[in-house]
Amino acid sequence: MVDLKDLQKVSDHEWVIRASYRADMRVPVRIFASRALLEAAIGDKSFEQAVNAATLPGLVGHVVVMPDVHQGYGFPIGGVAATELPDGVISPGAIGYDINCGVRLLASSIDVDEVAGDLPELADALNRHCPSGVGVGGRVKLATKELDRICLLGAEWALKQGYATEADLRRTEESGRLKDSDPTRVSPRAKERGRTQLGTLGAGNHFIEVDVVDEIFDEAAADAMGLRKGRLAVQIHCGSRGFGHQVCTDYVRDFHQTVHKYNITLPDRELVCAPLSSPEGQAYLGAMRAAANYAFANRQVLAHFARQAFEEALAGRTANWHLHQVYDIAHNMGKLETHAVEGRTLRVCVHRKGATRAFGPNAPGLPPEYRAIGQPVLVPGSMGTASWVLVGTEGSMLRAFGSTCHGAGRTMSRSKAKKTIHGGTLRAELERDGIVIRAGSLAGLAEEAPQAYKDVDDVVETVAAAGIARKVARLRPAAVIKG
Amino acid sequence: MDAPVSGFRELAHTADWALAVWAPNLAGLLREAAAGMYALCQIELEDGPAEAVEFSLPAAEPELLLVGFLSELVFLAERDRLAFPETQVEVGPGGLQARMAGRRIRRQMKEIKAVTHHNLHIEQDARGLRAEIVFDV
Repeated sequence: MVDLKDLQKVSDHEWVIRASYRADMRVPVRIFASRALLEAAIGDKSFEQAVNAATLPGLVGHVVVMPDVHQGYGFPIGGVAATELPDGVISPGAIGYDINCGVRLLASSIDVDEVAGDLPELADALNRHCPSGVGVGGRVKLATKELDRICLLGAEWALKQGYATEADLRRTEESGRLKDSDPTRVSPRAKERGRTQLGTLGAGNHFIEVDVVDEIFDEAAADAMGLRKGRLAVQIHCGSRGFGHQVCTDYVRDFHQTVHKYNITLPDRELVCAPLSSPEGQAYLGAMRAAANYAFANRQVLAHFARQAFEEALAGRTANWHLHQVYDIAHNMGKLETHAVEGRTLRVCVHRKGATRAFGPNAPGLPPEYRAIGQPVLVPGSMGTASWVLVGTEGSMLRAFGSTCHGAGRTMSRSKAKKTIHGGTLRAELERDGIVIRAGSLAGLAEEAPQAYKDVDDVVETVAAAGIARKVARLRPAAVIKG
Repeated sequence: MDAPVSGFRELAHTADWALAVWAPNLAGLLREAAAGMYALCQIELEDGPAEAVEFSLPAAEPELLLVGFLSELVFLAERDRLAFPETQVEVGPGGLQARMAGRRIRRQMKEIKAVTHHNLHIEQDARGLRAEIVFDV
């Protein structure tokens, strides 16, 4: 069990677990956290899992832990690890089952005071247009051939089908398409699950939220993103649905043989992996990219449905109900990137699980309007609390493989939340605070209660103080739609 | 009073769901794990005739069979909206054979994304087998 005495303090917001902590560690663990967040995280197995992750073959630099870290399965949620090409490994469990789970932010020129009375109707329209909940299929049914095109094209498929604009794609990580995806490496079962779920939100912690821009911290960056105080915005949080879950399930199962083949010994079987240069590693990379592209297309189709809902609810009540895209960003992904590591420029596979890419100013791949400010980072808070828009920095590039936090981070177990929080009471409290709630499951609502999470403001203040992101704007929730 | 020889219990987990399951043998452990998983999902079944479903899994170490069996149930719940209050599972040298009577899911409050292998070890003690399973939700 990692204890406070095992942590070396670097600054008020940075700590290190040395590689000598355990004999099988290949690199140290770098933790970004305030003292209070550190103590909150030490109560679960987050840091043990980070130490386990530090045993993966081919790691370089540090395993990085974000202040919203919490215990996951195998790899901590809020963790980043980079393995060197060509022979470092790729681990499906270090990316997660919900491949390319991520967040999209759409902004508007609608002043909240103009439509305050219309918010319940807007929430109803979003609930109708954007299918959510367990076992709820989508309106877009796909033949296998069309699904394969989505695997190859991602959000570009949505553009061709009329679900997207050029600007949407430009303002999406990797323009909404990971190249070199390989749908032939995806199982028929994954495709079967994917055919009926495009344009669906799912359940759990996924949501659509109507927000109000509450405070601006960086006028120039907010201006570049089209964010104005008092205006409505929309967040969409979801991923690759059953398609991605099955891709990960298939490869975690198969990699149990692969680790024997390559003589890889691991402290947790959920970390099973394969060398990136191996046929098995290449197969997973191709399948993972296919699932990532499915997720980009999924959030794009949901954005299209959200725009339809805004038109249905607000046309004629406000002059301009259009939603423009601010950015779309993944927080569960494996990417091949180039980073400076201990004085060397290396090609690495960056595993981000519950961590957001946060490239600094002038990084390759950023759209022209964001080159000077850095890549937008979207950090949803817990239900009923603030969310944040940040930008990546030089510091995130140099110390965290171009990454930062992804949310508030849980602190209470789901079983305790169920026992101590009543969904109906919570809903009434949120509505009393002026937040419109549309939830398919009150039990699910209770598990996602704000009391079960850390304070997202503390998380954001920590990454800002540590220099791995910069604050742009804070959003407050006006309506929440959940499965 | 002695604890029951087979059963399941939810364990605390910060982000996901976890179950402790125990039974005298592997087939019983699989049955209890299925029952526990359905309980976590808060599944309600429709009345009506049962649908027979059979599947098999190739021989593998017991932990892989456990995850494989539960993953199959996750898939059948999602694709066919079927859950299985009665499971008959046989595990032998050739692998796992499941013969089950499924009923349509009327309502499911929670969703499991995947069954993980995190720290999964089936342990033997004097009373039988026990394991802890973590689900990604």
